[in-house]
Amino acid sequence: MIHLAPGDPTELAGAEDPGLQQSVEQMRKLYGLDQPLHVQYVRWLKRVVFLDFGRSFQPDGRPVLDKIRERLPVTLLLNLVEMLIILLIAIPIGVRSATHQYSTFDKVTTLFVFVGFATPDFWLAVLLQILFGVHLGWLPMSQLRHPMWEYLPFWRQQWDFVSHLILPIAVATFGGLAGFSRYMRQSMLEVIRQDYIQSARAKGLDERKVIGKHALRNALMPIVTILGLSLPGLIGGSVIVETIFAIPGMGLLMVQSVFARDYPVIMGNLVIVSSLTLVANLIADLTYSLVDPRIRVGRRGRR
Amino acid sequence: MTMARLVALGLVVTALTACAGDPDRTGEAPAPLLTSAGADTPAYGDTYIDSLLGDISSLIPTITSDGSSHAVGGLLYSGLVRYDKNLAPEGDLAESWAFSADCRELTFRLRPGVRWHDGQPFTAADVVFTWQTIVDSRTPSPYKADYLDVERVVAEGPQTVHVYYRQPYAKALTSWATWMLPRHLLEPYVREGRIREAPQNWNAPVGTGPYRFVSRKAGERIVVVANPDYWEGRPNLSRVVYRVIPSQATTFLELKAKGVDSAALTALQYKRQTDYPAFARAYTKFHYPSNAYTYLGFNLKDPRFADRRVRQAFAHAINKRELIDGVILGMGREATGPYKPGTWAYTDRVKTYPYDMERARQLLAEAGWSERNADGLLVKDGTPFTFEILTNQGNDERKKIAEIVQAQLRELGIGVEIRILEWAALLKEHIRKRRFEAIVLGWGTGVDPDQFVIWHSSQMAPEQMNHIGYSNPEADAALVAGRTACVQAERVKHYHRLQQILAEDQPIVFLYFREALPVVSSRIHGIDPGPNGITFNFTKWFVPRQLQRYTAG
Repeated sequence: MIHLAPGDPTELAGAEDPGLQQSVEQMRKLYGLDQPLHVQYVRWLKRVVFLDFGRSFQPDGRPVLDKIRERLPVTLLLNLVEMLIILLIAIPIGVRSATHQYSTFDKVTTLFVFVGFATPDFWLAVLLQILFGVHLGWLPMSQLRHPMWEYLPFWRQQWDFVSHLILPIAVATFGGLAGFSRYMRQSMLEVIRQDYIQSARAKGLDERKVIGKHALRNALMPIVTILGLSLPGLIGGSVIVETIFAIPGMGLLMVQSVFARDYPVIMGNLVIVSSLTLVANLIADLTYSLVDPRIRVGRRGRR
Repeated sequence: MTMARLVALGLVVTALTACAGDPDRTGEAPAPLLTSAGADTPAYGDTYIDSLLGDISSLIPTITSDGSSHAVGGLLYSGLVRYDKNLAPEGDLAESWAFSADCRELTFRLRPGVRWHDGQPFTAADVVFTWQTIVDSRTPSPYKADYLDVERVVAEGPQTVHVYYRQPYAKALTSWATWMLPRHLLEPYVREGRIREAPQNWNAPVGTGPYRFVSRKAGERIVVVANPDYWEGRPNLSRVVYRVIPSQATTFLELKAKGVDSAALTALQYKRQTDYPAFARAYTKFHYPSNAYTYLGFNLKDPRFADRRVRQAFAHAINKRELIDGVILGMGREATGPYKPGTWAYTDRVKTYPYDMERARQLLAEAGWSERNADGLLVKDGTPFTFEILTNQGNDERKKIAEIVQAQLRELGIGVEIRILEWAALLKEHIRKRRFEAIVLGWGTGVDPDQFVIWHSSQMAPEQMNHIGYSNPEADAALVAGRTACVQAERVKHYHRLQQILAEDQPIVFLYFREALPVVSSRIHGIDPGPNGITFNFTKWFVPRQLQRYTAG
């Protein structure tokens, strides 16, 4: 499938530079691109069985696994923190909007999250960079570390790293609030109309316990589902945020590999992202059992 | 990334391989003078923070083709020759050189006492090894073509190298500006065809250049420090940090916040967005013509474009000045042919095509295009004159050119459609297969005027570069004569003739050479702009002691 895209890595280098074009044929042989597709594929499969994803076609010729290994942590860190913050903000907003439906709070937060949803990342990112980076000078605008990082004292280094994450996380979070808070509101609205909430209230439980314990736990079910669905994005990374903030993550790696037709990296990336996604979905399924007592994993208790 | 990569390539090609143009147009504002005494005596120290649009692809530049790798590689490695301010070759690791009378033997005498960064002496054996490495079929170097005519390279003692050519070769001398590679470290890898896997290619490069490698973090930055044993003496700036910032917009904001010391600006940024006093105090702006031109090309197999009068009519109908003003805010210069104004091969004594719609109509009428149909389109033998311009995605400049051309040709009664395609698709499906009517693209000019592969009639096969299908026996003769002579005075004649033929024929409409627009922090002194851009004397740049910003390193 990837090979359907026109062009191959050897052709793209210096397309407008007459000096470079002449070595194309030789390079193609070197990388095995002169072989028919099925031969290339079988060769690749054989290696993947032993977890050997081969080496990048780029001049550095590094193992694909190394390339992914050095980029995955940043992407995971960014996206996990982002997801955590989204949940921490979106769930309370959703719950409160549901319990106080059509109140001013509900209307204001609805407006807020939809503005966030509708704002293009790249536009917001640049605005924040201009405000906090250029005009106020409070926060760094790009990359993960100060250029002179190794000369900073230990605690300054830690703060430096954290401060570099603030803007990218803020941008990504703002855009992601809408989905979760709306789902939360919706499912909470449904739950509080259920009979067991009525009975919880009837037996005289105080409202906070009714909402916080009986209602919330049931309302979280759909959220866990959505969380499971959004996991591939966590590993794949965001191209826009990574490009604007110059963060060397998985998103940039993938896009740059696609443009360079770096097949081993693209394939390796896809295999790893999809297997991590499977693992993540498994985790999501397991969390159902935490949230919903009706679902139990294994053992005799199964109905 | 293609776009960023291309931009980076364009940028560094201009910075490194240098370019000519007349010196009086370079260096717009003089560096601010300091009043305090001794401020302009070179001082050692400070860190220079540069930006790269793409990460380097590896640390042995010989096997890379991207601008970032060449920029960084240029500080770590050096060649036998290099280009001075005016683009004339001068000795780098070679003290002197000489051609034999028949142009087939080139002898270099190497500079004594030069050492690799690890302390080993640099000798003639390294030169032979570098050549062997490039021509080895398992080395993925894009520069092999430069050494096709080399018969053998022979070391005579540690200080002399003889290069024997099968036939005289125009780029013989300049091809030896290639980065010299350390034999004592790389030989085992090259012998096994694994040069990419050598540690020198990833995180331990050893060269003979003015800076030594310190560290790199993939996708983030590369740090180098001044080499105290550099043959020309220790460079003044003690450290250089390259920050990889893939977005040009972010680079620009970093520049405003003083997060980087230098950046290449777009015409809009250069002319409008940096036009305020604080910026003028903090940065010095430079501009010089870059090493590439943009053109409107035709498929000459198409009978309509095979007629020279039609192409000449187009040349008259396109207002180049207006185009340059509209597309790049005037930051470019009109091209009259494939050579950059100011270089030694360039001549302005060629036929030019001033904007003249009347003349254009007349030429079209001579070619048989005079009737118009109900839509106002020119018609010949019942078919209206309409065609399609193809260009690549991600290049706003070219899209705008296509639109302006569309509007200007519409006035003549010619209908133009524009289609924008992804690079690879354009290249593979249309350019190589010759399935296009017209294109807006660019060509890099390189340092040597030999353009055999672009214009010679033998270069029309699918994988070759004469994709417009240009064929003119006179041009062929000039191209061959130019590339087999090694005396510059003789070559000039052939290339002047070539330009006259091309100007008459207009196989493509040469549009413009755009300007490279770098800005550098004004605390950096010693920049001496010339036809070769600004970075050729980087080792002489300095920051006066009282202006030094980063003293930690």
